[in-house]
Amino acid sequence: MSRLASGGRIDRTRPIQFSFNGTPYRGYEGDNLASALLANDVRVVANSVTYGRPRGVFSAGVEEPNALVQVGNDTMLRATQVGLVDGLEAIGLNGRGRLSLEPDGHRYDKVYAHCEVLVIGGGRAGITAALEAGQTGDRVILVDEQAEFGGRLLGAGWNDWLETSLGALRSPPDVRLLTRATAFGHYDQNLVLIAQRLPNGGRLWQARAKRVVLATGAHERPLIFANNDRPGIMLAGAARAYVNRYGVAPGKRAVIFTNNDSTDALAGDLKRAGISVEAIVDVRAGEAVLDTFPSPAGGGGQGGGLGGVTIAPLTGGGSRREVECDLLCVSGGFNPTLHLFSQAQGRLRYDQALACFVPDAAPPNVEVVGAAAGDLGGRGQGTIMPYWVVPSDGQDWSTHFVDLERDVTVADVRRALSTGMRSVEHVKRFTTIGTGSDQGKTAGINETAIIATQLGQPVGAVGVTTFRPPYVPVSFGLMAGRNRGDLFEPIRLTAMHPWHVAHGAVFENVGQWKRPWYFPRHDEDIETAVLRECRAAREGVAVMDASTLGKIDIQGPDAVEFLNRMYTNAFDTLKIGSCRYGLMCKVDGMVFDDGVVMHLGPDHWLATTTTGGAAAVLEWMEEWLQTEWTDLRVRLTSVTDHWADVAVVGPRSRDVVRGLFPKLPLDPESFPFMAIRESETAGIPVRLHRITFSGELAYELWTQSWYGLALWEAVMAAGEPFAITPYGTEAMHVLRAEKGYIICGQETDGTVTPQDLGMSWILSKKKAFIGRRSHRRRDTARPDRKQLVGLLPVERDQLLPEGAQLVVEPDGTIPTKMIGHVTSSYRSATLDRTFALAMLQSGRERLGAMVYAPLNGHVVSATVTEPIFYDKENVRRDS
Amino acid sequence: MIAEAVRRSPLADYTDRFAALSTATDGALSIRELPFVSQVDLRADPKDSDLMQRLATAIGFALPIVPNTVTSREDRRALWLAPDEWLVVGPDGQQGAIERELRNGLNSAFGSIVDVSANRTVIEIRGGKARDLLAHCVPIDLDARVFSAGRCAQTLLVKAHVIIECRDESGLILYVRASLATYAADWLLDALTE
Repeated sequence: MSRLASGGRIDRTRPIQFSFNGTPYRGYEGDNLASALLANDVRVVANSVTYGRPRGVFSAGVEEPNALVQVGNDTMLRATQVGLVDGLEAIGLNGRGRLSLEPDGHRYDKVYAHCEVLVIGGGRAGITAALEAGQTGDRVILVDEQAEFGGRLLGAGWNDWLETSLGALRSPPDVRLLTRATAFGHYDQNLVLIAQRLPNGGRLWQARAKRVVLATGAHERPLIFANNDRPGIMLAGAARAYVNRYGVAPGKRAVIFTNNDSTDALAGDLKRAGISVEAIVDVRAGEAVLDTFPSPAGGGGQGGGLGGVTIAPLTGGGSRREVECDLLCVSGGFNPTLHLFSQAQGRLRYDQALACFVPDAAPPNVEVVGAAAGDLGGRGQGTIMPYWVVPSDGQDWSTHFVDLERDVTVADVRRALSTGMRSVEHVKRFTTIGTGSDQGKTAGINETAIIATQLGQPVGAVGVTTFRPPYVPVSFGLMAGRNRGDLFEPIRLTAMHPWHVAHGAVFENVGQWKRPWYFPRHDEDIETAVLRECRAAREGVAVMDASTLGKIDIQGPDAVEFLNRMYTNAFDTLKIGSCRYGLMCKVDGMVFDDGVVMHLGPDHWLATTTTGGAAAVLEWMEEWLQTEWTDLRVRLTSVTDHWADVAVVGPRSRDVVRGLFPKLPLDPESFPFMAIRESETAGIPVRLHRITFSGELAYELWTQSWYGLALWEAVMAAGEPFAITPYGTEAMHVLRAEKGYIICGQETDGTVTPQDLGMSWILSKKKAFIGRRSHRRRDTARPDRKQLVGLLPVERDQLLPEGAQLVVEPDGTIPTKMIGHVTSSYRSATLDRTFALAMLQSGRERLGAMVYAPLNGHVVSATVTEPIFYDKENVRRDS
Repeated sequence: MIAEAVRRSPLADYTDRFAALSTATDGALSIRELPFVSQVDLRADPKDSDLMQRLATAIGFALPIVPNTVTSREDRRALWLAPDEWLVVGPDGQQGAIERELRNGLNSAFGSIVDVSANRTVIEIRGGKARDLLAHCVPIDLDARVFSAGRCAQTLLVKAHVIIECRDESGLILYVRASLATYAADWLLDALTE
């Protein structure tokens, strides 16, 4: 055990049992996994990713490149960041984590926070800034990534100051303190994302701050020498933290290797902890650690640890000496932690005297304080001799590790430069320095310095690589928050949804809507149910919930002109109280959406859209009104959710509607196809439309959505004598396809013109409309464009899969020319066979010809037909 | 004519769950649906001062011109939605009257008046914890010092469009699309566990 008898901020009265690689150990409240492992003399925590070299704890914080562990399903965790809890089971990794196939069992949440001042970093500078801001009554948030505030001060004899300051921060109601919370992304207008670790998951804070104070401190950087990666080699500041904060001796015999004053206090701290200081190697005194050698023992699975160092004069002359040690504390100076500053577009400059990059121009409303601002007095850096890499002792630089997590050495950097690369960004990508999950926190600036040295350039001229979020790895679970399962995407429900659920509907997702797909009776499969539902619509009466259609209220004296421009067909002649089907193209002449347009009153219209296209159509219309046709006096209002829509369909539909509205004249002359009537039934106000999407006599009954369920139930009751049958979207598809009615997005895919669909009849020749000019392009007039056709498989039972490619020759050699594809394919109760719609090159010239769909292992032959299979003369619709 | 028995609000099934919540939090948080609120969407030109005056006379108070604010008189309120768009709100059953008043005010001027009463349902969240709850699902700053009584905003409740109105210190009113009401309610109830 290397636990000191006293000292540190751990609670020796509260032991914690944990295991590492299957071996049980004991730590204390206040430990993290790294300190507890060191206390138990576990020197080798992981193995490196490429070379498999043993690695130990290198740092005491977020910058840790070596001690990567797996805890349960959480992978690539830094041992320095894993709080010790009872029963913790951790496993050391060999540079790569293991992704779990299990769902992430943690609970994650997201919170939005707004404040005047956000202070990032709860060390001395951050606490001071928060105290100051807290006086003003402003909302202040102070975040720190550690389990407690204090940063470097923890265990450094500042306990009284910390206690007083934190006490003062806790009193103002508008100061919010977050620990275990790492700010990992700093975006425009001071949006800062903060990942907070909670016992069984985490919380993502999305903070928007008027002013951000970055008190992010500084990361110590190592010096680079041969075999600088052995377990037992750690940052000097980390060694101090383990001794002072965690009461752990990270070794018994230490050597200190430094180029600055920050290690001055370390020797005393080590000695007080009973660690002998065998040598202090200071490049300013002309000496350096040239190489290290492993411990001779090597047994007990702990081999490969540090056994000692070779020290040599910098000049190359003079004598070398070997010093045995198991702890090498290294300090190459400090890098202000400016990741967030740089993400927020702050600029850096190289400070020659401090030998580090410091903030230059800060972005608006961002302030940097303390060590992050280059005030390294607190770190005791004092005088520093910029020094980066100890020369190779005739070796090939292949053990001078620059990026420990990525196993990248000085040899790799030299190779990159020898290929002609000069930019630090190129060298980063060639070598992968800084691309590990630690993002090269201890490696990046050393990379820059090595390049500068090699190229004979100033360090500042080489610069740093771009800092990108996230500053620390963030789990996908945290990003998802509670948007999981049923809450993943909004689920939109119609007013009739409870009835559908109660009557066993199987649902289909259409956009965000849940729509009944079919209503199986007993244990019917989808095929049987849909055939039955279709038969009811064709032979009796059936009912469908059509509430999901998009609905746009259109008002204004220029409404007709507006509609004439939006739709390919004209609306001048449409009388009040009537509807008309309309088709819409984009400027490229391709079909965009379709729907029925109702003329409700003077200057008052209502357009329906496809279920999925509602938002896009409204945006499209608004875009034209607001940017191109600002002179048109037209206003649009979405009323999709205001209306519930019950479609009553089939030859007996008139009987059902008559039962509900006994006084309303329903004969074809009084209430013809495409007419609108207002009435009421049982206190429910209803707007009736004779619209059909099935080709049958049909009525769409609209009412305010809060009456939707009551109206549906009234229709079911009135339809009972006629065996009214609810049907879903699948039967709807079959019925419309039998009539050759297209569905935008199924037959069309943004490359289909109305002419391709055989819908030239809907293109007005008398007026301009969006897309019209494109129809005159040579390409849109090509005779060999894909055109809508019907297909009848030769085998009446064979169902073509939707999306199947069509070819001319049944046994053509591969690659064979594909001339089209199946867009819709169903079994038809009416036709007593299968049928399909397809987009086929020169389709209308191929009527009567055979085409073939080569599928896995067999070929389906089909005859090309007109894309209408049922009641071509519209007798039933108009009856 | 209103047939009470046949109308059903989008959150009719949530009444008990909402009531239990109020009890469980000892009143620190209460959620309830305010069903069948009359809502009329108005588009009119705010630069036409005669028209604005006529509309004010017709409904009995001036429409708000300051973005994201609410004006009201007795049980009528008008929420600013856009420079030329307002949502005029009243108690159940008044949509016809509001429509008529607005139409009188509009007279022959260009604009639009649409009954959208069933387009959205209204959720009232009250209590000291109301804003904390919404911080889990609404991105804008709802702090009382920023979003005070008489303010409104259009934003997202997670992924659902929502209008939020601050009626008084402890009460926030959410106008949610009818089809998305259960999504919003499920989210609010789930957020309570945090």
